[in-house]
Amino acid sequence: MPSGTKSNPWLISGFLLAVFLLSWHFFTMRPTFDPRGMTEEQLQLMEFNGDIVKTPDGGYTWNPEKEKVKGVPGPLAVLDKARAELAEAFVKKGTNDHGIAYLVMYTVSRFAAGFLAASVVAIMVGILLGLNKVLFRAVNPYIQILKPISPLAWMPLLLYTVKDPKWTAILVVFMAALWPTLATTAFGVNSLRKDYLHVAAILQLSWIKRLFKVILPGAAPTIVNGLRISFGSALVAVVPAEMLLGELGVGYLSWIEWNNLDIAGVIFAILVVGFVGVILDSGFNKLAGLVTYQE
Amino acid sequence: MAFLQVDHATKYFPNPSGGGQVCIFKDVTIKIEKGEFVTVIGHSGCGKSTLLNIIAGLETMSEGGVILNGREASGPGLDRMVVFQSFALMPWMTVFDNIALAVRSAYPDWSREQVVAHVHKYIALVGLTGAENKRPTALSGGMKQRVGLARAFSIEPEVLLLDEPFAQIDALTRGVIQEELIQMWNSSRNTVFMVTHDVDEAILLSDRIMLMTNGPEARIAEIVEVTVPRPRSRATIIEHPHYYRIRNHIIHFLVRHAKHERGCDGTPTSNSVSEAPVEVNFEKESPRAKLTAL
Repeated sequence: MPSGTKSNPWLISGFLLAVFLLSWHFFTMRPTFDPRGMTEEQLQLMEFNGDIVKTPDGGYTWNPEKEKVKGVPGPLAVLDKARAELAEAFVKKGTNDHGIAYLVMYTVSRFAAGFLAASVVAIMVGILLGLNKVLFRAVNPYIQILKPISPLAWMPLLLYTVKDPKWTAILVVFMAALWPTLATTAFGVNSLRKDYLHVAAILQLSWIKRLFKVILPGAAPTIVNGLRISFGSALVAVVPAEMLLGELGVGYLSWIEWNNLDIAGVIFAILVVGFVGVILDSGFNKLAGLVTYQE
Repeated sequence: MAFLQVDHATKYFPNPSGGGQVCIFKDVTIKIEKGEFVTVIGHSGCGKSTLLNIIAGLETMSEGGVILNGREASGPGLDRMVVFQSFALMPWMTVFDNIALAVRSAYPDWSREQVVAHVHKYIALVGLTGAENKRPTALSGGMKQRVGLARAFSIEPEVLLLDEPFAQIDALTRGVIQEELIQMWNSSRNTVFMVTHDVDEAILLSDRIMLMTNGPEARIAEIVEVTVPRPRSRATIIEHPHYYRIRNHIIHFLVRHAKHERGCDGTPTSNSVSEAPVEVNFEKESPRAKLTAL
């Protein structure tokens, strides 16, 4: 452990979190209901409108149900929501009401399917283009046109052609993850040092050995960089795809809580999306560490 | 016919500053006997590395051919292994794996144990025992090229092509590795074709030194016989009476041709192009007389 003279980054992190939570709490706090100066009719009207409710001891408080959509909920409200959701994490209440653990699992597997399929296709095509300069030049204009198209823009067309929101969501992730990996793989293979290929040629390596012993490991650091960009863009695409398609997942959660006007639920869903991103990202970094090398 | 013969090799490159082609070297003929160590010296850009790559089959020539052991050698092959200036070790493989990749390719029928034993033998030969599992990044330049040499010798090629092998190694280490190369070569006696800038290195290692003029349209102008008996070592070679005569002769050549050949951009030069190289041998009578006639 570092000595006391060096400041610990965790202390600063904790301090920043505490400052954030406290200010969040105080800025969103609302004064308790004060019936003083109000006539009985006014109180009855407010109760009739649902603004306030009677407490067991005869007083009045703000209606907690109406409070949910007044202003922004504080951290305690979000914590209550989180506790309730996590307690039912593995419960399926109905076809569209699955516990949070299921929703995370759906999103992660949807993401993984689209991202892995896109990576395999992009790396294979990228290697082909990287090895053949003429082909690369022929195809490059199309890549440049297709690359900047938002993956979500494909959604109506995909939905129309595959006619299944489940596959459409995966394909949107696929489209988001395809181009960065494709472009960087082609670049990485193309700029692989000629010496390595010369050694492979002199040693008369078969094309399979050439691919797996020389080209892929040689281009791996560049390919991983492309995958990282693809990863980010796929992660950005998966949430709105779920929202728009109504496919169960963390993106869907945030949208359904908005439809329920449960703002605490919306905030909770945002936190879950961040949490899922962290899980996927750390998994990716572990994978990346295995294949990169130093020049 | 010589064991390794480059026959009337000519190489054109597309002109970088506009249309047309530039002739890098023209009508180069090299004959190397089996077990001979031949070096080409020339200024940068004279095409000597291109010549080496052509022999290796890594580049094609515009006209001419390479004949090895009575057969035309086209395309790269295990019989002509290159030691690269930039080492060309795969950075994602360990020292052992780099050499084993070559050994497995050269001897596909060998068992695992045979390959392992063979790789260890060559790692020991270059004094890298203990570094088998290191990656090239963890090695100094000298150690990297030792791996490169071990890889090249391990497949026991008929011809060893050394492309400025010690240019990126510091001067002190360079001398040590040169002597290691002599020892390895003494026991294997491969035919060696080396390209270098380093005159001392060429004299120490070679049987014959070919002097290449500057490009464009470079050619082999002279062939200097290194009349210093083997075994040679860096310490004793400088005491031989021919050492400085050879060295001075080569350096004079390099300085003279650095000035001489300039300005004849692409245009066909005089009839000197197709002239056979002058043979220089300090044991025979007065080579100077021949030279002044040039």
